[in-house]
Amino acid sequence: MAVPVTQAALGNGLKVLVQEEHTAPLASVWCWYKAGSKLERPGLTGVSHWVEHMNFKGTANIPRDQVKGIIEQVGGSWNGYTWIDQTTYFETATRDALDRMLFIEAERMANCLYHPDDCESERTVIISELQGGENDPDQFLDQEVTATAFKAHAYRHPTIGWLSDLQTMTREDLYGYYRRHYIPNNATLVIVGDVDTAEALRRVEHYFENIPAGELPARMRTVEPEQTGERRVTIRREGTTAYLKAAYHAPAVGDPGFFPLLALDAVLTGAKGLNLWSSFRLPPAQRRARLYRALVERGLASSVGGALLPTEEPFLYAISVTATEGTPLASVEAALLEELDRVTRDAVTDAELAKAKQQLKARLVFDNDSVTNIAHQLGYYETIAGVDTYRTLDRSIAAVTLDEVAAAASTFKTSNRTLGWFDPVTA
Amino acid sequence: MSQAHAGLAPTRTTLDNGVVVLTKETRTTPAVTINLAVRAGSICDSADAPGATYLLSRVIDRGTTTRSADKISEELDNRGIALTIGVTRHVFSIVCTCLAEDFDAVFALLGDMLVSPTVPESELATRKREVITGIRQDEDNPAVRASETLMALLYPDHPYGRRAKGTVEIVEALTRARLVRLHAERFAPSGLTAVVVGDMAVSRAADAAARVFGAWRTPPPVPIGIAHVAEATTRRRVVIPMMNKAQADIAYGFTAIARADPAYYAFWLMNNALGQYAIGGRLGDSIRERQGMAYYVSSSLDANVVEGPLVVRAGVSPQNVDRAIASIDEELVRLTRDGLTEKEFAESRQYLIGSMPRRLETNSDITQFLQTLEFFGLGLDYDVRLPALLGAVTLDETLAAARRILDPERATVVIAGPYDQP
Repeated sequence: MAVPVTQAALGNGLKVLVQEEHTAPLASVWCWYKAGSKLERPGLTGVSHWVEHMNFKGTANIPRDQVKGIIEQVGGSWNGYTWIDQTTYFETATRDALDRMLFIEAERMANCLYHPDDCESERTVIISELQGGENDPDQFLDQEVTATAFKAHAYRHPTIGWLSDLQTMTREDLYGYYRRHYIPNNATLVIVGDVDTAEALRRVEHYFENIPAGELPARMRTVEPEQTGERRVTIRREGTTAYLKAAYHAPAVGDPGFFPLLALDAVLTGAKGLNLWSSFRLPPAQRRARLYRALVERGLASSVGGALLPTEEPFLYAISVTATEGTPLASVEAALLEELDRVTRDAVTDAELAKAKQQLKARLVFDNDSVTNIAHQLGYYETIAGVDTYRTLDRSIAAVTLDEVAAAASTFKTSNRTLGWFDPVTA
Repeated sequence: MSQAHAGLAPTRTTLDNGVVVLTKETRTTPAVTINLAVRAGSICDSADAPGATYLLSRVIDRGTTTRSADKISEELDNRGIALTIGVTRHVFSIVCTCLAEDFDAVFALLGDMLVSPTVPESELATRKREVITGIRQDEDNPAVRASETLMALLYPDHPYGRRAKGTVEIVEALTRARLVRLHAERFAPSGLTAVVVGDMAVSRAADAAARVFGAWRTPPPVPIGIAHVAEATTRRRVVIPMMNKAQADIAYGFTAIARADPAYYAFWLMNNALGQYAIGGRLGDSIRERQGMAYYVSSSLDANVVEGPLVVRAGVSPQNVDRAIASIDEELVRLTRDGLTEKEFAESRQYLIGSMPRRLETNSDITQFLQTLEFFGLGLDYDVRLPALLGAVTLDETLAAARRILDPERATVVIAGPYDQP
């Protein structure tokens, strides 16, 4: 991560990050907003994500029927996503399309239309997205466990929103949210690729400097109170396969306990990357990981995975298990909890920690294999914790000590866990 | 940039036993992607045991003549890497991304698995339970049920129509001896293409391939003939009620063309405009954008060794199933009657040509591209020639392509989900 990143800010507060990568004739532009679903109040759950959809429906200067083709015309790709802390949009195309990409993002920030007919037709698209997710029992269980683990913080509701809110939200709700959050002083623009930094910054000024700053939206003040006892959710529905999840309140990426718990996760379920956009493409290195051996190699589960995702505020460390055909969930749970007890009691070894660090080091390399992925990482971390957190990931991992990992194991105390079962019933 | 003008320009060498080695040096990250593909996909399954090749793919990496399963696991985990082992109709592949410094050791490990697996009984038993669980998950997945049923209807008594994972009963009955025999009969150096892309000198990859595969001496397998496929003559509709689900998945398709068909580029362009360009092409514009009925709708063309399918897929609320299918019918009728507009045609063509550098953005993307290029014999300069190949297609040819297959009266339609109207 030695390649320099230029950081700048426009007069209206827009943060800009530029990194030159001359390995391919491409450039990737990402625009990030601190507009995640944790800002949503009851009645408006899902608004951040719905707004993301609306921001692909035409602007004052990009007609509605051209907005989806405007970057594909030049062979580029584009997309966006919303999660609990952020909403982001990107284009990747050949470097000569840089102006076009910046124009699109400037338009998206300032000039989206929100035609009432478009708001209505998108309502049913989003409900279809929600129902598609509910078709997957594992995803449904995840949503229920998260909602059970949090009782106060807005991380509890799913980013897609609750159905009744999606059925009742109005065009004014959507447009109001857009206008409050899509302001330059609430955004970070990232450019990575075969560009000249000084020229790229001039083009950013050209497209963005006249967009006025706004009043920053209020932050939610609620802090999740400490969990005081185990929580459980059991779903009994028609299905073929049993799933189990164990979720524990866990540190935010900026907290001292994050990297020790990340190393502990590597020991338990194998290392994976720290890039939400791309890490899932590579399976974790987990065959000698403790939970893989205890559950999969013993035939109790067909898969086990751990997830400690980088978030701005304390979220969850979640372990997900798919039981093998015919294995009772109680057996899976007993074996899982026994392993977690063991790692709490005996801690990890020097060799295990060294291996976890080596795995994570490799994964950081794999996370940054394209201009699109590098640009994602710069913007993601800048939005939740500051870009320096990203640029020092390798050092933060290398610095983790055995004592810190032992302390991180206290995450697994009974009073901090939420257990979820999807226990299928036969039709 | 030089890459844009000179193209990818991979290096291709052939070992004297027939192994093809394709390499490309890149410098984005200090990592390398290895993609070993053998022409031993699920078509190698006998008609009475579909799923054997898939099960072999789950156990091929669990022990070799010189490495125990534990030893392999140590070697992988110590380097922070994992394998992706895949089976398509024609290809069995082992793919791995590793640090450049680990390349030689990882390449040797992957080669060992491919050439000398032992399929230990205890490993086979564990992996069978995983596969059976996977089959049961598929049975509860409307999208998988719709797609698999569509393929079975489009390709009756044909390898393309079989479920790659097989059935629970078949998997339970498969023996170690059968998998060992399958490997011995179908895996040979003449069918292997080893692709290496990353931060590493081309000569180092070629040396590694010679070291690891040079002594492999298995005769070429007996060729498997794949029958051509008759097109449907009537419209068929099958409903798979899954009343526990929230949304219905529709798979609507036709048998289309082989990759070697001269009309391939016209089909590619036509399909891009129909169901891909700018979120789902015309279908996306009608069903998602204008009618708000689906989060996903698209069409895909899988031109293969023989006639592969063109499939439209959509996920919709149960009350919208009939309207969505009617809209697909309507779009196909409009396309085959009037063809694409000049603008649609130009935009799709410009997109397919212009996206080439981006589609080769990562090492993994490049390895997959090179495997496709080798499998279909497209030539090392295919990426450079592609603009001219697409440029030669006419609007009339895309209309002819649409008219050749997209007749709603001959469509096969499968609906799986909370819907039970026969």
